[in-house]
Amino acid sequence: MKRVFFIALLLLTALPAWGTETRLEAPGTAARDLVIESSTDFAIFEPMLRAFQSGHPDVAITYRELTTNELDDHVSAACEAGRFVADLVVSSSVDQQLKLVNDGCALALPAEARAGLPDWARWREELVGLTFEPAVMVYNRAYFTGRAVPQSRFELIDLLRESEDFIGKIGTYDIQASGVGYLFAFQDALQASTWGRLVESLGRNRARLFCCTAEILDRVADGRLLVGYNVLGSYALQMIRSDERIGIVLPSDYTLVFARAAFVPATARAPELAETFISFMLSPAGREVLTAQMRLLSPIDGAQELARMLADGSADARTFRPVAMTPALLVGLDRAKREIFLQEWRAALPSGDIAAGSP
Amino acid sequence: MTTAASALPRAQSLAFRLAMAMGFILVLVVLASMVAATRFGQAASDEAFDRLLRGAALQIAERISVSEGEAQVDLPVSAFELLSLVATDRVFYRVIGPDGKTMTGYGDLPPPDEEAPNSFYNTRFKGVDVRAFKLTRQLAERTISGEVVILVAQTTRERTALANSIALRAVLIIAAAGILFLLLALLVLRVALRPLARVERAILEREANDLSPIAIPAPKEIAVLVSAINRFMGRLDRRIEAMQNFVADAAHQIRTPITALRAQAQLALEEKEPARLERLHRRLYARSVGLGRLADQLLSQALVSHRADTAEKERIDLRRVAIEAERALHAATDRTVALDLPDGPVWVEGDPVSLREAVKNLLNNAAKYGAPPVTLRVAHCGSRHAAITVHDHGDGLPEELAARIGERFTANGIGPDSAGLGLSIVASVARMHDARLTRGTCADGFSIGLEMAAA
Repeated sequence: MKRVFFIALLLLTALPAWGTETRLEAPGTAARDLVIESSTDFAIFEPMLRAFQSGHPDVAITYRELTTNELDDHVSAACEAGRFVADLVVSSSVDQQLKLVNDGCALALPAEARAGLPDWARWREELVGLTFEPAVMVYNRAYFTGRAVPQSRFELIDLLRESEDFIGKIGTYDIQASGVGYLFAFQDALQASTWGRLVESLGRNRARLFCCTAEILDRVADGRLLVGYNVLGSYALQMIRSDERIGIVLPSDYTLVFARAAFVPATARAPELAETFISFMLSPAGREVLTAQMRLLSPIDGAQELARMLADGSADARTFRPVAMTPALLVGLDRAKREIFLQEWRAALPSGDIAAGSP
Repeated sequence: MTTAASALPRAQSLAFRLAMAMGFILVLVVLASMVAATRFGQAASDEAFDRLLRGAALQIAERISVSEGEAQVDLPVSAFELLSLVATDRVFYRVIGPDGKTMTGYGDLPPPDEEAPNSFYNTRFKGVDVRAFKLTRQLAERTISGEVVILVAQTTRERTALANSIALRAVLIIAAAGILFLLLALLVLRVALRPLARVERAILEREANDLSPIAIPAPKEIAVLVSAINRFMGRLDRRIEAMQNFVADAAHQIRTPITALRAQAQLALEEKEPARLERLHRRLYARSVGLGRLADQLLSQALVSHRADTAEKERIDLRRVAIEAERALHAATDRTVALDLPDGPVWVEGDPVSLREAVKNLLNNAAKYGAPPVTLRVAHCGSRHAAITVHDHGDGLPEELAARIGERFTANGIGPDSAGLGLSIVASVARMHDARLTRGTCADGFSIGLEMAAA
């Protein structure tokens, strides 16, 4: 316990070095402070913060941006020590968020802050999903001109088996470095028996591993990669609006979907304000900001919005497999389980290829 | 009738009493069922939710393996999906290896205090109540042996909610059934008491002086009441009749001597001749003494017949009755009577006042019609009876008078001077005491008395 406290103290003093902090002063007379810790880029989140402030001009917002692992460490240490960390914690790492809630770090939200959310995008009264994030395949349009684009994992496996073109030309998340990548991979392994064959194919084609979706998208666009597997749909959708070189596929066998998860820590100083912010983000006005300005989807109507955006009918709600917020997510975080899973992954994808993908 | 009823303290209705009693019982039953239902609900809920905990622990246990001399656990997602069926409860787990170190999970999740290999237990973790299951798996491999302990815990929110909901439902059903039962019972009571209203109507609709029995069909319980009312009315009827008879008798008995008295008094007023006046005075005096005795006897009769209905019988000594009767007679007439009493008490059940009146009348008769000396005797008569007897040396009762003992004393021929009035009083007292009127004639005179059960 002493050690925990010591570490917490260290964390507290080291705080300014963690992530980047941006402060949005209140447009009106400052009266209240809202502190948000998030794994999402400030640039993406800014429109939502501004929109919220225009409705609540007395609120000053401090937005702290960290990686998912930093965020998890930071929040869990503060939770153990019973110390203030933020009024709202938002992370794309659903499993880590769920574990924090499971460990009793969250406050119950009022019903209006959870209204309309599907069951998979909430747990207890504490954890809520704020976005709708499909895991998609992207491809280089120039290469696939005149060739059939794989529409499912089976077709991708066949393609990788039949063609030599993809050696070193397929990219996916480095699941050891990326929380979201690990989440997708772990869920893939649970969903279907294709996972083993897919990993084997990726290994045989010396797949390249990346920390972030943006790097895969850049490389697929300029032809350094031909296919990107399990990339974040929100970024890909944003990119295909402006970039003709890239195509997007929602796998027809199943498309994983997860939601960035948010909760109000038990030690929040302004819990009502954080609840108001969540309610706003899930309200029609907030969803409007989310889709129009942040280019993200909402868990409330994400499936329909996606179908509207991809008019080709490939966005079939029946193929969506949402990553449900349940204690089953704890398994992926289990130390022993993670070790076993990563061992298998490393066995199929030797580490030499990871270096090639690193920025 | 109504004014008398309203003067009484207002009694609560049967329905109200029944409702109160049943309401009280209902509250007790509901309280008891709350205790029982809470326990039952908790047990039922625990049983249901404990299965999930055990199932999850078993699934985890199945995935324990030994690799390179070390125990390994590959947590199955299905175990946690099982626990996720309890949608809103938090889940904790811990796997402890053969070396006592935590292999994975929450390192500070407490094991149960007891040593049993498999057990459910309640504890607190991270500041909340949790229900936990401990499962022990023995490892017996070439390279490693010992036990792996799996702890699976879950917060108790849903199980408590289920327990409460089971308990609440059970209590609500019992309470609802109880209230329904109460209402039905009151309804049934109302129907069952309907004959009472019929009785009430029957009584109200009667003529004021109609005291004949009520004849309406009624269930057994009500019939008891009806027959009690009928018995009461019968008694009232007899009493009223006795009263009317008495008034008629008294009027008849007293009118004649008073008329005679008045006529002689008038004669006396007109008589100037001292010797005749003297004779008239004597006659007047004799008449008025007779009238006094008559009044005395009439009142005595009224007293006896009143006491026959009302007096409580008590345990009395017949010797005492004899002494008092003798004393009363002596005080009134100066006549003397010899007393023949045994040494010990002679106990009977009876009304001392009536018995004394009867004996007084017998003594009066003996003094008046018999021949002295008169003896009053009290004696045991066998082991079960006692007798009080007046004995004189006269000729006794004329046969035709003896035959009429017990008739009402107004009957012609039984004048105030005759022995009949006194005898009718004696007969009344004998009836009242279930006693036998004995009389006998023998060489040295006549005896008459009462023989009754000894107490």
